[in-house]
Amino acid sequence: MPNKKNASAYWKENIRYLFLLLLIWFLVSFGAGVLFKDALNTIKIGGFKLGFWFAQQGSMYVFVILIFVYVRLMNKLDKKYGYDV
Amino acid sequence: MMFSLLIKEGIGVQNWTYILVGVTFAIYIGIAIWSRASSTKEFYVAGGGVSPLANGMATAADWMSAASFISMAGIISFAGYDGAVYLMGWTGGYVLLALLLAPYLRKFGKFTVPDFIGDRYYSKTARFVAVLCALLVSFTYVAGQMRGVGIVFSRFLEVDINTGVIIGMLIVLFYAVLGGMKGITYTQVAQYCVLIFAFMVPAIFISIQMTGNPIPQLGFGDTLSDGSGTYLLDKLDGLSTELGFDKYTEGSKSTIDIFAITLALMVGTAGLPHVIVRFFTVKRVKDARKSAGIALLLIVILYATAPAVAAFARTNLIETVSNQPYRNVPEWFSKWEETKLISFTDKNNDGLIQYVKGDAYLKGEDGKFDFERPNLSTTNELYVDRDIMVLANPEIATLPDWVIALVAAGGLAAALSTAAGLLLVISSSVSHDLIKKIIKPSISEKGELVAARLSAVGAVCVAGYFGINPPGFVAAVVALAFGLAAASFFPAIILGIFYKRMNKEGAIAGMVVGITAMLLYMMKYKLGWFDETLPDKSEWWFGISPEGFGTVAMVLNFVVSVVIMKFTPAPPENVQEIVENIRIPSGAGEATH
Repeated sequence: MPNKKNASAYWKENIRYLFLLLLIWFLVSFGAGVLFKDALNTIKIGGFKLGFWFAQQGSMYVFVILIFVYVRLMNKLDKKYGYDV
Repeated sequence: MMFSLLIKEGIGVQNWTYILVGVTFAIYIGIAIWSRASSTKEFYVAGGGVSPLANGMATAADWMSAASFISMAGIISFAGYDGAVYLMGWTGGYVLLALLLAPYLRKFGKFTVPDFIGDRYYSKTARFVAVLCALLVSFTYVAGQMRGVGIVFSRFLEVDINTGVIIGMLIVLFYAVLGGMKGITYTQVAQYCVLIFAFMVPAIFISIQMTGNPIPQLGFGDTLSDGSGTYLLDKLDGLSTELGFDKYTEGSKSTIDIFAITLALMVGTAGLPHVIVRFFTVKRVKDARKSAGIALLLIVILYATAPAVAAFARTNLIETVSNQPYRNVPEWFSKWEETKLISFTDKNNDGLIQYVKGDAYLKGEDGKFDFERPNLSTTNELYVDRDIMVLANPEIATLPDWVIALVAAGGLAAALSTAAGLLLVISSSVSHDLIKKIIKPSISEKGELVAARLSAVGAVCVAGYFGINPPGFVAAVVALAFGLAAASFFPAIILGIFYKRMNKEGAIAGMVVGITAMLLYMMKYKLGWFDETLPDKSEWWFGISPEGFGTVAMVLNFVVSVVIMKFTPAPPENVQEIVENIRIPSGAGEATH
């Protein structure tokens, strides 16, 4: 039986990671791709208007990176608390 | 004679199609025989020992349906920026899945989503409501897939749609009934390889043709290869405005609707039972996280290519047809004209194709275009079906025959893999959640396996029936399966994991209110069942379309759950312990009854 104090400290750190990662998730998709699209569209990189690029390309790349960052963070966290067995 | 003809004429598109489709089908069937299931655990969760990579590939194939493969690029090429709702919506959901659901549900270690709801909310009523939601979501979704299988068969193998549906039914039946989740998982691994190859090859060819850049994702932000130095997207914006369409990179939907639709699709993706159940098949909690990442990476390969294909195809189409004499149209134009996927009506009798904004034809009573009745209120003379963008793309770009045939094999792989995954959810909902857990708990392991196989047969027949006799509203409803999933499962699962105090009264009330609100809104504003005619856009609540209403229904579910919970007793001690236990990743046993 895992000890309770340990478990709640682990859970708190986990929640902090989730909050941070989901904030980025929100900013690249709903932020850059939807709400601030028009402002970002004034910036052009190559043939892409930036807001359009985030909506149709960039947000998806960031999503993939986010999950792999999460995997790394959690593997480390599991080890720290001895939950990796 | 035949042989010399082959040498002279080349193998030809049709023979290439038979060869590629035949070979891929033989592979699927071979895999199914090799991996047949011998226990309920193998049937429901593939024995629980699938590697993260194999599970990621299977999830990706399961996820990408005929709609992703055939229709999505087409939809984007007509919607421009607005198409981003599907791109972000259908990928962003995996972030929610990986961070908020998959690891905990894997730790919980049961077979189905209703299993979780039933145990976490210590109530048969909750389980029953969850089974109903799962069946409703899965059936609306699978009917569309069977239809998709039929359409792909009929277009490429020249059989009629119904024969196509029946062939598709038999194949899926064979490997789903024999192999269960185990058979499905390993066939989906093969199907992923087929479909991604089939999607990428034409995309790369066309990208090189149009921009000289072999990477489509970069190519559509590059300059045209005609030496003008103009960026492809600028050219496309210019052409669109010139012909009276909205600017390609701007779109026309309101910001709030884009926001709501994207969120509904994301949350719905994370709440779809046939996606969630995939994460019950891996060994450890860390494998569940990792395979969600792999799945999304493999999905994004196709999803990031689709908008590039969309932009290429749109530019190509406009340049090929706009203001060109009708008698000079290329061969593919006439070929797809026969199937009514493209249609021209010379309203001003000048022999030129005027392609501008507006519907070229009037709609008949069935809501489809009537090709006998030109719509004289617009000068547009051309009707183009959105599906043509992927199906005819290789022909428009005059690619080799084997590439055209490859698209057929890819489309079939996409449709079959998704249909099989859904059928498994339906059969396990019936045999495990209804029969084993509610109706007859004393059933033996063997008896349950027989029941699972029989319900898979039953589910294929029902799905096939809807594929052959699609009720008029199926197509409209498929897109809304996401709204239904968002409105029902997502809040109940999230609250079940992250809110220890959440009790059965709150969760049940939330699910019932959420899914009812979604259904009513859909019937009123999508199907028009409550009024003489379909209500106008201006009557939508907060300007949110039925596709985006899942977001509102989800919020409603959360609010109702929390309010009801406040006035009802806390869940029993042992349930609170379950919650504490699923938050700890270590010691995830194998999936059990």
